[in-house]
This record gives sequence, C-alpha cells and structure tokens, in this order.
Amino acid sequence: MAELKRTPLYDLHVELGAKIVPFAGYEMPVQYPLGVMKEHLHTREDAGLFDVSHMGQVIVSGSSWEQVATAFERLVPMDVLGLDDRRQRYGFFTNDAGGIEDDLMFARKGDDLFVVVNAACKDADIARMKDALEPEVTVTPAMDRALIAVQGPGAEAAVSAMDARAAEMTFMDVADLELGGIAVWASRSGYTGEDGYEISVPAAQAEALTRALLAQDGVEAIGLGARDSLRLEAGLCLYGHDIDSDTNPVEAALTWAIQQVRRAGGDRAGGFPGADVVMAALQDGVTRKRVGLLPEGRAPMREGVVIFDAPEGGNEIGVVTSGGFGPTVGGPVAMGYVATAHSKIGTPLWGEVRGKRLPLSVAKLPFVAANFKR
Amino acid sequence: MKFTEEHEWLREEDGEMVVGITIHAAEQLGDVVFVELPDEGTTVSKDDEVVVIESVKAASDILAPVDGEITEVNSALADNPGMVNEDPQGDAWFFKMKISDPSQMDEFMDEAGYQKFIG
Repeated sequence: MAELKRTPLYDLHVELGAKIVPFAGYEMPVQYPLGVMKEHLHTREDAGLFDVSHMGQVIVSGSSWEQVATAFERLVPMDVLGLDDRRQRYGFFTNDAGGIEDDLMFARKGDDLFVVVNAACKDADIARMKDALEPEVTVTPAMDRALIAVQGPGAEAAVSAMDARAAEMTFMDVADLELGGIAVWASRSGYTGEDGYEISVPAAQAEALTRALLAQDGVEAIGLGARDSLRLEAGLCLYGHDIDSDTNPVEAALTWAIQQVRRAGGDRAGGFPGADVVMAALQDGVTRKRVGLLPEGRAPMREGVVIFDAPEGGNEIGVVTSGGFGPTVGGPVAMGYVATAHSKIGTPLWGEVRGKRLPLSVAKLPFVAANFKR
Repeated sequence: MKFTEEHEWLREEDGEMVVGITIHAAEQLGDVVFVELPDEGTTVSKDDEVVVIESVKAASDILAPVDGEITEVNSALADNPGMVNEDPQGDAWFFKMKISDPSQMDEFMDEAGYQKFIG
C-alpha cells in the first residue's frame, strides 16, 4: 500500500485528540473526543468545522470564460457557460456508457473555473481534464491549498465575525474573503444539508485559519464519521457508494443537475461523454432508481443490505448503498437502488439483515430538511 | 467481577452470571445505536454469537463467554441502546446466564489482569 498522505491540519487533529483513520489515501480524523453522535448533533445545532483538504482543488483557465466553460462542457452534462460570475454549481463527469466517473462542485471566478473533486478520484480527474482539455485550456491542480468546511446554523456568525462580507453571500455564491488577515476563496455550500462555507486557503496558513475559526463561539472540530451521517440525512450521494461508473445520472436521481440547455432540444444539447445513453435514459426512463429508505425498526441497514419485495420469498429488487444511524432523525436511515416499479414513496419493502427480513419503506429525500441561505 | 479477552465482564449474582461489555469496549465501539438480544431460555455454547450490537460505526457480535442457558435479558437496552456508553459495567448489562461448567471461568482475568491486557 502506498504511504498515506497528511493534510496541513494533521498535527492539529492529533493535538485536538482526533482518532485518525486511513481514508482515500490520507490519514484523516474520523472523530474527536466529542464522538460521532454529538459531533453530528452539534453541527445541526451550531457549527462544525471539517478538514476536507484531501479533496482535489483544480483551476481551469484559458483566454476567456467562454473558452474555459465551453471546453469543460465536453466533460460534464451541466450548463457551465451560463454560470454567472462568482456562482457555484454541482456536477459530475460522465463516461462513454453514461456512468458517473466522479461528482464535483465547480465555480466561476472571473474567467477561471474552480473545481473541487473527490479525494479518491482526484488523480484520475486531473488526468481526464488534462487529456481532454489541454492545450486549449490549462488545468492546474491547486496542490498547495487546504480546504476547510464550516457548516451549521452558526456558520454565518462564525465566519462573518472575521469578514462581514461572508454574511452577504447566499447559497452557492463564491467570494474572495480575508479571514484574520488570510486571503481565502470561500463558497457558501457544503455537504451536510446545512448552511455553511467551504474555504480554500493556502496550506501554510491553514492551521492559523483553523485555530481562528475554532476560537469563534460554537465552532467544534468534526470528523469524517459525522460528515457521513450528516450527508446521508441530507440525501447527498457519496461517490463510490451511491454513485459510481456503472450508475447513470437518471438512475441516481440526479437529473436536476442536468440543465435544460444540455438536454434534447437545448442550445448545447449533448456533447458530453455518454450523452446518447443519458439522453435515452431521460426520455425512456430507467429500470432502477436511487431512493431514500427508512427502516421501520431500530436496526441500521448498512451498505450491501439486499432489499426484497416481500417479507418471505418474493424477489430481490434492490440494495442499500449507504446506511446507518441518523442522529437527527433519531433512528436508522439509508439510501439505495430499487427497481423503478418499487420506487414510489411509501412503498413497503424488506431488507435482509443477518438473515432476517426487516421492514422498511421508500422515503422522501432528504431525511432532514435542508437549511440553506437562499 | 471477571473479564474475558473478548472485553466482556461477568459478575455473579444469586447463583447466575450477569454479562456485559467493558468500559474499554464501549469506548472503542463509539455511540451504540442498536442492541439485539437473545431469547430468554436459549441454550448457548461458549463463543456463540448471542448479542448484536451496532454503533454509529459498525456492527459487532457479542459472544457467549461460557456454556449455559440465557435466563434473562436486559430489555431496557432495546429502547435505550445509549445506556451501553453511559454505564457499560453497571445498568447496561446484556443478559444473565446459568452456567453449565464453572471451570470455564478459570481462564478469565480479574480487574488488574484485564487492565494489563488492554494496556
């Protein structure tokens, strides 16, 4: 196994008493002394700080925004060109079979595109972008930057105490801020279903910024364990689990992320990898769909639990792709894929846990209402 | 109180053994969110999986420490699994058992031995 990497905040995690685990090639804090449950609840009630520096940050630049956006649209089925300056959007790279190679956030900063991709995929993503887009445009990994998320209803107070302009941002805005004398790029977004920011900071200043943010009222360091339960309750996909190279965006219930202009009849319809497959799926439907799954009892139904359409006998019609305990819900929550015929909200189904079929139902996502600043 | 290498404790009470998991085990598991207990009256053999315990992180099995019969289970845990974190060596016992072979207890550690074991 390759040697694990560390983020610029590793020493601080250790100092704060974090339990460190390997994750996507990095030594990351899975929890702090507060523990996963309290960290989760604290983020929903006040503010949590997450080190997400393992994620990939990439700048795509060229001679004009039109050139950069048009080039990037060859890799994603999103409306990139129509993105206003200082705005961010969710997207994903597709493959020739219409599957998802990674999901990502992209933002317009003047003529540049700032892309954040998943840690486990970032080397492949950078290679994909360079192969497809250079030398027309330049793909530059921001290797020397950390990424810190501050999430929760208290995030605005914490960040705007250091730069009042943070309060003026709304959901999916991006801005250059100066936090305690440190120049950062911030977006008003995250991966918890809560209001909050993701803050890109030069690696050398990451620890100073993190200490300053943790010194704000109500901000606690939160590990990857709570990050996972927060995003699960928020109904957000985890790449490699809920979506992967074999799931297409229609199956994954991510069609909302494909703007009309890239669909059949749009001005820039298609033109991304697997467009024929995705267009056909949009038009004809799919045989399986990603849905929320709510177990009736207390037993968590984790990734891999097989779903049936009857308490005994019957047919195998789906599988859990993410599942666990939702601290805010106060019980088990899950998501997974089921045959389209069984995907209607409220459909009773059964998940097999340790040889027993336990009841669950198809549920609306998210499990916890989003709390964004619109 | 006696301790096993599987991080269980056994305490004798009215001729039966009360069984639970240690403070160290509860800390390692993290926040417990689900406990599945055996049926009272079940006959078990040492190392049978008798209890399933799920934390926010993962599922774990609790093994029968010795041969015997489950005489009572702590049904309060089903409704309040968080007790396992709050009082693992007290109120959050899992089950009581009538043991068939007391000599199986001989290999277990005392408190000092267990502390040394988890070092």
